[in-house]
Amino acid sequence: MSDRIHVATRKGLFTLERHSGAWAISRADFLADHVSMVLSDARHSTLYAALDHGHFGVKLHRSNGDGVWEECATPAYPEKPEDEDDKDMWGKPIPWSTVKIWALEAGGTDEPGVLWCGTIPGGLFRSDDGGTNWALVRTLWDHPKRKKWFGGGADLPGIHSICVDPRDARHIKLGVSCGGVWTSTDGGGSWNCEGEGMRAAFMPPDQMYDPNIQDPHRLVQCRARPERLWVQHHNGIFRSDDGGAHWEEITEAGPSVFGFAVVVHPREPDTAWFVPAIKDEKRIPVAGEVVVTRTRDGGRSFETLRNGLPQQHAYDLVYRHALDIDATGERLVFGSTTGNLWISEDQGDNWNCLSQHLPPIYSVRFG
Amino acid sequence: MVRVTFTPTLQRHIACPPVEVAAATVREALDAAFAGNARARTYVLDDQAALRKHMIIFVDGKRIVDRERLSDRVLENGEIYVLQALSGG
Repeated sequence: MSDRIHVATRKGLFTLERHSGAWAISRADFLADHVSMVLSDARHSTLYAALDHGHFGVKLHRSNGDGVWEECATPAYPEKPEDEDDKDMWGKPIPWSTVKIWALEAGGTDEPGVLWCGTIPGGLFRSDDGGTNWALVRTLWDHPKRKKWFGGGADLPGIHSICVDPRDARHIKLGVSCGGVWTSTDGGGSWNCEGEGMRAAFMPPDQMYDPNIQDPHRLVQCRARPERLWVQHHNGIFRSDDGGAHWEEITEAGPSVFGFAVVVHPREPDTAWFVPAIKDEKRIPVAGEVVVTRTRDGGRSFETLRNGLPQQHAYDLVYRHALDIDATGERLVFGSTTGNLWISEDQGDNWNCLSQHLPPIYSVRFG
Repeated sequence: MVRVTFTPTLQRHIACPPVEVAAATVREALDAAFAGNARARTYVLDDQAALRKHMIIFVDGKRIVDRERLSDRVLENGEIYVLQALSGG
């Protein structure tokens, strides 16, 4: 099991380590800076941290684990042509500039330098050298359907989920808010937006099932069976058994089907966890009770897990990247907007609070 | 020569001392200032080389008008301040 957790927050990057059965914060990096994303790349023990300096823009740093950080290149958009009239579905201009690093994932084990980065306003970037250089994936950026995307929660559309198939790293899936689930089977050479059955209640009836306007809050892929995908969507939970070609909506899942985060067990595709909240305009736990829901049968039934979690006047919201599961499938960790961080070492049956005093948490990663 | 001074808060992230450059516009002044400090450029300008949303530039005490092309004129012996705008929090 993984004995290290990286926690990206509004005021720094925190590392927790487990020694003699006890977890404690062992490092604090970028203290006071807004860390939007962290990636622990196990292929060569490199840690990446995406910073959002507000005034000074988005930056990317990397470390080889010795506590020494270096700023590497930030994914940057090419010069926008003078005659390019780039607007989203609502007619809002799309800036050709990185507003946020919203997804950061390692490529396959057979392509050690490859990183993928998803951004707001919707560009996907690839690095072949561990972040020293980045290139916008033009096949997706120039795709005519990209101009139907629009912001969900954020003002602008963005790529928040990147799944690289462990069997074949050329097979890549993206989750886009709002732009549905996109697939490439040739390493990003071409892209297709598919997803029959995914439903967007926020659209008029004739567009409700359009794959390209869906708002998947988070897309995850089972490592042992990559054709099994789970999506925590804006208006529910969806499961695919065929790599995203078809989706089944799950309409009952404990207190609510709304939320942002989802993880799937690395070997058991039917087992997945969610952190529910009251949907849309409220975004707080149902009845002020923080719970995790778990299915072990592909979504036919759910358990509501609450041992060790606050059950009175708790208003923690868990963002889409703030829930993680380790490679064994035994340990889970999640962090909240209120700065609480909880761990379970028994698949969610019991939870322990590791800190109640962290800044708002954006992303957690074992590694 | 034109003197370009950067906000002290930028120095926490990257060294960006005041410089004196030959320039007739804000663009020329910043290009010269960043010539030997390319990384600093990304802290002030966005991917399209426009002034970042929450940055502000004063030339001889007056806020610049052209935030995209940075075409505002600069006089000989002018003074440029590159600052944070409070709109950014």
